[in-house]
Amino acid sequence: MNSSETIYKGIKDSGINFIVSVPCANLKELLNLIDADDEITHIPVTREEEGLGICAGAYMAGAKTAILMQNSGLGNCINALGSLFELYSFPLVMIMSHRGTEGESIIGQVPMGKATPKLLDSLDLPYYKPTNHKEAYDAVSKSWNESVESGKVVSILLEIKYWKLEDD
Amino acid sequence: MATRVDGIKEIMKNIEDELVVCNIGVPSKELYKVKDRAKNFYMIGSMGLVSSIGLGLALNQDNTVVVIDGDGSVLMNMGSLVTIAQNQCPNLIWIVINNGAYGSTGNQDTYAKNLDLRKIAKDVGFENAYKFEDIDFNKALKSKKCMFIEYNLEPGNSKAPVIDLSPEEIRDRFMNEIIN
Repeated sequence: MNSSETIYKGIKDSGINFIVSVPCANLKELLNLIDADDEITHIPVTREEEGLGICAGAYMAGAKTAILMQNSGLGNCINALGSLFELYSFPLVMIMSHRGTEGESIIGQVPMGKATPKLLDSLDLPYYKPTNHKEAYDAVSKSWNESVESGKVVSILLEIKYWKLEDD
Repeated sequence: MATRVDGIKEIMKNIEDELVVCNIGVPSKELYKVKDRAKNFYMIGSMGLVSSIGLGLALNQDNTVVVIDGDGSVLMNMGSLVTIAQNQCPNLIWIVINNGAYGSTGNQDTYAKNLDLRKIAKDVGFENAYKFEDIDFNKALKSKKCMFIEYNLEPGNSKAPVIDLSPEEIRDRFMNEIIN
């Protein structure tokens, strides 16, 4: 399996069945896999915060929810993470392409790349930074249950080097 | 002149089993006072996201979802117009009370004061976009069509108490009303 297939398998095994997204180049193959899956509802959104609102409603109606986005979009989510998700203890999984990390070629990605873990720390939200496929699968496949049990949004940060791992 | 609370009374006169999701601030307090019910979800934070919450609900269960939004909040999440227009859910009715004011913060003017939100909704792809005064709202509720309704009212807040429910209580009693 390659890096995208590993995340997809983790999503399937987690039970997640409702996904909103704003694309990133590193999420391209994963988004195609999700679009081809009839068991997953996929709603592309115009802005990440909007996606969080949709996930909150979807959860209340019984869906198991995740957002796929670039870490730059985390900046657009901060208020919703506090005044919607923390306030009502809504579960959610955030799977992020973590740009601005080792190997980044676009300088504009670096500031948010550095800020991303600190933003999650400041909101007291747990996150995983898998360095191989096994760690990534384990984190994603357990993420939904972990979020429900803890009442906290769970994030998976997938750095540039994750997407360059060799296939298993 | 009719203000938001009069609009909420008019809307709630027609509501039976529908789920109602209401905008942050005084609108939610006014709804709580006019007609509290377990099928109301009061949004206590996250300004701008009420229509998005409504879309998520409408996509995942069959009951009709009525969103009570405000013009200032719509301006904060204009992308939602596009997303909802592209995902026309037959069980979603999005009402935007346009009083041209940020009511909860002291009735400062919004840019929507000079906008025809119905026309904007039409232009981004809503097949059914109306002014509240031009339709039979009770029929609209039963129409099983995705709908955008602009309700033009005057600025003004009524005396409504703080909602005497915790976020968990609002969430749990609302979720218990949802049948999948």
